[in-house]
Amino acid sequence: MSTTPEDSRGIGTDEWVAQHGERAQRGTGLYARIGEAWMGLPSLVRWGIPLLLVVLVPFAGSNDYILRIGINLGLFLLLALGLNLVVGYSGLLDLGFIAFYGFGAYAYAALASEQFGLHLPSLLAIVIVVVTTAAFGFTLGLPSRRLTGDYLAIATLFFGQMFVVLMVSSDAVQFPWMDEPMDLTGGANGISNVDQLSVLGFTFDSNLSYYLLLIVLVVLATVATKRIHFSRHGLAWRSLGEDSLAAQHMTIPTVRLKLLAFTLGAGIAGLAGAIFASVQQGVYPSTFELPLLITIYAAIILGGLGSIPGVLLGAAIMTILPELLRFPEYSNWLFLVVLILGTIMYLKSWKLVPAVFAGMIAIGFIANVIFLAIGVPYLTTAEWAKGPLAPVLGSWIFMPEERVLIGNIAFVALVVAVAWMSLLTRRTTIILLPFVLWLAIFTWEVRLMLEPSITRQLLVGALLVVLMATRPQGIFGKPRVEVL
Amino acid sequence: MTERTPLLELRDVNTYYGQIHILQGVNLRVFEGEFVALLGGNACGKSTTLKTAVGLVTPKSGSVLIDGVEVTKEKPGERIRRGIAVVPENRRLFGPMTVMENLQIGAYTRSHVPKEDYDYVFDLFPKVAERRNQLAGTLSGGEQQMVAVARALMSKPKLLLMDEPSMGLSPLLVEQSFELIDDLHRQGVSMLVVEQNANMALSVADRGYVLQTGRVVLEGPAADLAQDAELRKAYLGR
Repeated sequence: MSTTPEDSRGIGTDEWVAQHGERAQRGTGLYARIGEAWMGLPSLVRWGIPLLLVVLVPFAGSNDYILRIGINLGLFLLLALGLNLVVGYSGLLDLGFIAFYGFGAYAYAALASEQFGLHLPSLLAIVIVVVTTAAFGFTLGLPSRRLTGDYLAIATLFFGQMFVVLMVSSDAVQFPWMDEPMDLTGGANGISNVDQLSVLGFTFDSNLSYYLLLIVLVVLATVATKRIHFSRHGLAWRSLGEDSLAAQHMTIPTVRLKLLAFTLGAGIAGLAGAIFASVQQGVYPSTFELPLLITIYAAIILGGLGSIPGVLLGAAIMTILPELLRFPEYSNWLFLVVLILGTIMYLKSWKLVPAVFAGMIAIGFIANVIFLAIGVPYLTTAEWAKGPLAPVLGSWIFMPEERVLIGNIAFVALVVAVAWMSLLTRRTTIILLPFVLWLAIFTWEVRLMLEPSITRQLLVGALLVVLMATRPQGIFGKPRVEVL
Repeated sequence: MTERTPLLELRDVNTYYGQIHILQGVNLRVFEGEFVALLGGNACGKSTTLKTAVGLVTPKSGSVLIDGVEVTKEKPGERIRRGIAVVPENRRLFGPMTVMENLQIGAYTRSHVPKEDYDYVFDLFPKVAERRNQLAGTLSGGEQQMVAVARALMSKPKLLLMDEPSMGLSPLLVEQSFELIDDLHRQGVSMLVVEQNANMALSVADRGYVLQTGRVVLEGPAADLAQDAELRKAYLGR
């Protein structure tokens, strides 16, 4: 990026600040040009292309496994859009959101299974579920009249946790008018054999049918929230999240809008829960614990709070990325590509890039020599290296026989090195970079590849940290500018 | 003149923050077409007076009237709908929203806003029109001040309340800011301006009140106040 005279003026100079928006818009370079061309397309095309791709997935020779990921993604998108109304627009930190999802799922299971011998028609059951979940959301929203920020977060987190405990422990509830304790929720085993959705004689009994149903629902939810976004009430909602006191000065009915956000968000979550219960044909309390809440928050923050395309993309990344990382051959590629791209983006100089990578390769061979000289027992290339990268990595990475022990040491060294590097100047960092890069690849191949399930979580976490550090407002979020 | 109904009246208002007695029997009136300045040093109760008028704090005794109607028990939203608008301290624009969206929110009380109303504020502030699609948080301090005033005007208020319009602005911008306020007043907007910069405020206001530790110690035409020896000594520093 070239340095214009304005850039050197520094922050705080009025003109410089005033031109911030224009400067951001007239970005140069390939990335900005692609972005501009994309935004230049009519919005029907911009939304239509991803939609078409998604609809075509099942017909492009995909299997049930991919459809299941698609179904999970669809449910996740619904949840993220619902949560975005509460957190992204109204700025209410609701940590009990998953309870609505769970409530919807349990309510549907109760209405359409052998648990109580009820087998209500799907449409009726879903309407009841959505309405009761919305009412539940309204009730949980009531404290938001007085509680804000952290305090609301604590109160709602408590409700969220209480929901799981209640579901686990309500398998023997003694009502005073009954002789025997009653099983309401199936306890830790949950409720199984939940009816599948059946609408107008059509039964949703395949992954494909649910996949297509969820596409329709996600499109409807997206269109609805998009319409809200630019409406008078959407505007009021967003202003409320921004500065509730100033919104009050503009006569915006803050309490009513907060409750409406809670109610609508819960209703969407309840709908997602009901579909989840019928896809799974069962509900289990462990689904609705903290990890799901954290993942959803990660998705909407990653994509950019309050931005609809951002929320959709964030949810897609958080669903698909862990699946890609499930397979060692994919995750190996992904790791190396991200590492190399990340390094190039950090260096921002075509002269330094070859130097750093040459240094990294050299350090690898030096390490081999040192390991051999000490006499560390090792595995041959054929014994460990697999996939297309095998000949390259096999000859460069030293694979000790004691993978776990040496790998653990390398891992600790890597974490310490990365943490310390954040304190160093750019110059020192670049000097140390080849070593750290080699250490990262070494640790990856020696230790992390042994345990893909832990590794993928580590990697997702690391990616999130890097992304949020470089783009705190999320992928599509608007940068938060302090109003003085 | 005293027979007319004031747009805003505070009658013998006593406001407390917990145990602390902030406003001690404040009486204040703003008539239609007037530009009233509320002056005083730090922590004398200027902002609390404004907050009491808007309804962000409730007085322990005394009453607030808007256009002759008792509103002491009403919430801020209800009071504002009666025809007052506030430019809050520090402006409090909605930073990540565009200037245009800020104006739309300013007009929230009205379900339909004719295009002329936007043209009216754009005429008043050509700079705001220029920046209408920009995020409000990226504007300079002076421009933000204009947007804050424009946003308040969008509700077509009978009375405009301004809290410290000079705060955070450079001396040159303070002067421009008061010229702008004076302009608005000439166009018929009634105003109550809370200000520390007494010199500047009295040079454009019709009437002034001076607060000291929660009491009105002086009131009168702005020109007289500007000449008042005691005031000059106490607040104007000369």
